[in-house]
Amino acid sequence: MSTVTEQAEETTEDLLALAERVAGWAGTGEEVEVYVARGTETEVRAYDGQVESLTSATSAGIGIRVVVDHRLGFAWAGSLDESVLGETLAEARDNARFATADEHVRLAVPDGVEAVPVDLWDEALASVPTARKVELALALEAQARAADPRIRQVDAADYGDVASEAALVSTTGIRSSSRKTSGYLSVGVIAGEGEASQTGGGYSVGRGFEELDPARACDDAVTRAVRLLGATKGPSGRSTVVFDRRMATTLLSIVSSALSGEAVAKGRSFFAGRIGEQVGHPGLTLVDDPTDPRAYGAAAYDAEGLACRRNVLIDSGVLRGFLYDTVSGSRAGVPSTGSAVRGGFAGTPGPGCRALTLAPGPEGYDEAGVLAAVGEGLFVQSMTGVHSGVNPISGDFSVGAEGLMIRDGRLAEPVREITVASTLQRMLLSLVAVGADVEWLPSIAAGQTLAIGDMQISGA
Amino acid sequence: MQWSEEAEVIDTPVLERVLAEALRNGGDFAEVFAEDRSNSSAMLDDGRVEELASGRERGAGIRVVTGDTTGFAHTADLSERGLLRAAEAASAVARGGGGSRSVDAGHLSAQGTSGGRGDRPAPTTGSKADALELLQRADEAARASGDAVSQVQAGFGTSRRRVLIANSDGLLAGDEQSRTRFSVSCVALADTGMQTGYETAARTLGFELFDEVSVEELARTAAAQALAKLSARPAPSGELPVVLAGGSGGILFHEACGHGLEADHVVKDASVYAGKVGQLVASPFVTLVDDGTVGSEWGTFQVDDEGRPAQRNVLIQDGILTDYLWDYLRARKEGRVSSGNGRRQSYQDLPMVRMTNTFLLPGQDDAEEIIAQTPRGVYVAKLGGGQVNTATGDFVFGTTMAYLIEDGRITEPLRDANLIGNGPEILKRIDAVGTDFSMTPGTCGKDGQSVPVGCGQATMRLTGVTIGGTAE
Repeated sequence: MSTVTEQAEETTEDLLALAERVAGWAGTGEEVEVYVARGTETEVRAYDGQVESLTSATSAGIGIRVVVDHRLGFAWAGSLDESVLGETLAEARDNARFATADEHVRLAVPDGVEAVPVDLWDEALASVPTARKVELALALEAQARAADPRIRQVDAADYGDVASEAALVSTTGIRSSSRKTSGYLSVGVIAGEGEASQTGGGYSVGRGFEELDPARACDDAVTRAVRLLGATKGPSGRSTVVFDRRMATTLLSIVSSALSGEAVAKGRSFFAGRIGEQVGHPGLTLVDDPTDPRAYGAAAYDAEGLACRRNVLIDSGVLRGFLYDTVSGSRAGVPSTGSAVRGGFAGTPGPGCRALTLAPGPEGYDEAGVLAAVGEGLFVQSMTGVHSGVNPISGDFSVGAEGLMIRDGRLAEPVREITVASTLQRMLLSLVAVGADVEWLPSIAAGQTLAIGDMQISGA
Repeated sequence: MQWSEEAEVIDTPVLERVLAEALRNGGDFAEVFAEDRSNSSAMLDDGRVEELASGRERGAGIRVVTGDTTGFAHTADLSERGLLRAAEAASAVARGGGGSRSVDAGHLSAQGTSGGRGDRPAPTTGSKADALELLQRADEAARASGDAVSQVQAGFGTSRRRVLIANSDGLLAGDEQSRTRFSVSCVALADTGMQTGYETAARTLGFELFDEVSVEELARTAAAQALAKLSARPAPSGELPVVLAGGSGGILFHEACGHGLEADHVVKDASVYAGKVGQLVASPFVTLVDDGTVGSEWGTFQVDDEGRPAQRNVLIQDGILTDYLWDYLRARKEGRVSSGNGRRQSYQDLPMVRMTNTFLLPGQDDAEEIIAQTPRGVYVAKLGGGQVNTATGDFVFGTTMAYLIEDGRITEPLRDANLIGNGPEILKRIDAVGTDFSMTPGTCGKDGQSVPVGCGQATMRLTGVTIGGTAE
């Protein structure tokens, strides 16, 4: 056991005790898992030199899974009041009566894999006075307004922080706890020149207050908006497309849903039945490693209380594995890969990624390096309609895009109102370059400049 | 505090004391929004009832407005002590002389729109067993639609939400909203790969939704989409005329202009429609309405989340922009009243200007004729969603079932793709609107908050839209 984990256990001791007490109410023949969480948050929005809103809040809740005779029931409540606890357990128990008995339905049992400690807690955050947070939001807004004469509006400038703690206890021997702080600055600007307006967003994230950098958030937002000014509807045709680091996290997140052991088991993944096959370009190696402390999604334990671990999914283009929680693993006849994730106390666990990265390309492959290598093509800095135009089951991929043309290996004129289309299957095989510029963005995937060939652009 | 069904969420004298505490440091306006919500859902997947889930949540959000600044705090503790603590946190922004003036929190009185169910019948509750039977029927109907249907997921969800709003203007209002939805998603498998189909029914109703909706019909529609797309060819790339079938085509208006007409974007000059009231912004075929009072549609309610009654707002009349959508804060700044569009996802969120049910009024054309008079184009039977940048007007919307139109006839199915356009330009390209109006439910996300909305229109044609397919 690591010191960090022990420390987390100390401060979340009362949550662990609460979870243990409720799990202790399990009846004969029942498996019970209790997840309790609480958090505090602050959010400041600045607008036009003033505080537009200041939010401070605390929240807490419980989620209980009950398994009886291989039937699962779930219930949750947005409160840890004593009166709620028993009621929630009773409701989960009642729900279990109605589920179909399924031999694979079970709770996690400790698998002997030791958790790698990750320090996700910044003690200092709690002692930062609200006034300093307000100052930072106001400074962010002022800095964005002053950054460039073409900035017409700063429509959102936000500071936010969250401190959350959680504990998980089950009658099958699971006992884990975690705590985490995070802070962010986020700014959205509108740049204008003549009739035309363009928008850009930027952010800075960190575990604590001191890591937040307004200059970085502003630069990002302002650069993105200003360089799009004068954009026209780009030309149609086949092209190599370079996705910037932020867009690359979105692409990897989409691919990750097809790597879920549950999607595979239920015939909802185009990767199903293809282990050992060449599904990607030989330059594509994809790993999920939540034990990397730099990852935004780093964690010691998964959502079922098993140790998170490094999982190789695609190795040199060959499909090597999927991500499993306990149930989907059982269905596939393999152990959990420690990949359960859950959306807080109101959600049940399921397999998912936390910290995907691609093996980096050659040294010097930062954004400029990849652009130079590609020579001609389209650089995409924002995508829209990902939820409406990308189907991770069929693989069809069609998104709205904004960006700049790439000419002679450099960014050239801006384009907007175009779509970029292919299929996910083809995109994995048509990889042209992976950046070495790994940046851990607030996502389940790292940002790395990515070039993909043979995509269809629809424009003018 | 018990989680009892019938108890008042908070007593009126407590509300008055909490509002007084919220304004103790000054401020122009204070509000308590309390919510008690219970959800239950059931999911059938892979032939099994995998999960029944129940959730219960209650709490209050308190805001204090001082000049242009809002202080907000929320708590799950509805005891007087918990509420007073939240009021104190929310009032912190007014401390230090920030307040432009102070108001007294007077006595609260129930408004004419005291909410509740009004004259609507009480929603009915189905048992868990009833819900499971529906799921099983849907699963069977989908699987019976064709041997190529390889996977079926059916979901049932129902929620009951009681809200109570009290503010320092003396308003006291409440509402009780029951919402129920049922969805079916199918996967079909062939040598050509996998394809998906999805259909959902959702209304502001209880279990009586199923008096109006056949789950078998939903299942067959979802299965038919997946099966049809197995032989689909890649969607075209480039600009073509597009005919949108009635119902989900309303997403076009939600994205192309609905969001841009929300006053929070407008007052920040972050909308292409800012300053355009009275101007021609769309084809004369366009009369666009947002109406939170329509029947039992998904975006319908009695009072909004600021205590204003839902109302019918005409946004565009015969192509001319007539008004925007307003919530309390933005309306107050302009010296007018809210249009009943202040909504929030939960007590943990500040209200924002949101759409309710947004639809294009039907026109004069026959739907069949519109298709027959389109020599070549794309027929979109179903849209799945969309997204807009209100500041530039650029938006996308994605097809989940589309066909080619050749020689005025619907021919081959197409694979899913996004269509892209610019709101103000696209609205001028509408050259035919049919008589076959229908509505469709959706979930609208804005600034991290999701709310139920309705969209609707009749069959209509756009003279040209860029289609983001892969076929050259």
